[in-house]
Amino acid sequence: MSEDRLSRVFAALADPTRRDIVARLAVGDATVGQLAAPYEVSIQAVSKHLKVLEDAGLVSRSQDAQRRPRHLEAEVFDLMTAWIERYRRQAEERYRRLDAVLAAMDDENQTTINKGAAS
Amino acid sequence: MSTHATEKAAKRETTIEADPNLPTIRIIRDFDAPPDRVFRAWVEPELVKQWLGPKSTEMRIDQWNAHTGGNYRYAALQDGEEVAAFYGSFHEVRPNERLVQTFTWEGMPDGVSLETMTFQDLGDGRTRTIGLSVVENLEGRDAIMASGMEVGVYEGYEKLDALLAEG
Repeated sequence: MSEDRLSRVFAALADPTRRDIVARLAVGDATVGQLAAPYEVSIQAVSKHLKVLEDAGLVSRSQDAQRRPRHLEAEVFDLMTAWIERYRRQAEERYRRLDAVLAAMDDENQTTINKGAAS
Repeated sequence: MSTHATEKAAKRETTIEADPNLPTIRIIRDFDAPPDRVFRAWVEPELVKQWLGPKSTEMRIDQWNAHTGGNYRYAALQDGEEVAAFYGSFHEVRPNERLVQTFTWEGMPDGVSLETMTFQDLGDGRTRTIGLSVVENLEGRDAIMASGMEVGVYEGYEKLDALLAEG
């Protein structure tokens, strides 16, 4: 997945309604009307969300011209892996700051604290 | 057999395990410091402040009583303004070995996770930390994973995406 594409995917999934739509399409194809039913929003609003998901390449329209049910692209199932990787990167960034803190905690400082605690 | 710097660095990188059937996140990381020093960096507020919060924010510690049965509260500041606050209790503080805390983001007051950090002595002045987070359900766990993504979106995620693309 290209960097630009990945940015669009993450931006598309940053919205909770769109994440929900993706979760529902993971169960099976659905039409715009079916997708809009559980929300207190208009079909137009759901269509806008679907457009974002389609532009990101996450969702496609099936051939059936009458109903035009939406279909989830198979690679979306790999996204959880990408989420975990992003989460991991953030933890790694945090721990690299901790590496620096640990390196700065010199032994002299440690000795002072041990003396202070009268151990 | 060749040993080069990248190999060594790769070994130390953070590992994440998210069980598909359990609402848990496990974070494993090795440090080039003995357990007592790593433990101090986890419980002494002046040290915690230096690394725990996201890079773009400053951490303000309001309460910090790192003993068994103690509590904590801290806020993340952006340009001096509070953008998020977190609190919880220190369920167990067992020096150099184990740290058990509850954790709540005040923006979602009904959500609470149980965070257990284990410090393993690897010898040669090295320590492995294993962090286990347990949340209420799988949806909550996935939301935490995805929230990292949202922060990325807000902060400008180009840099992380570049890293991801490299991988």
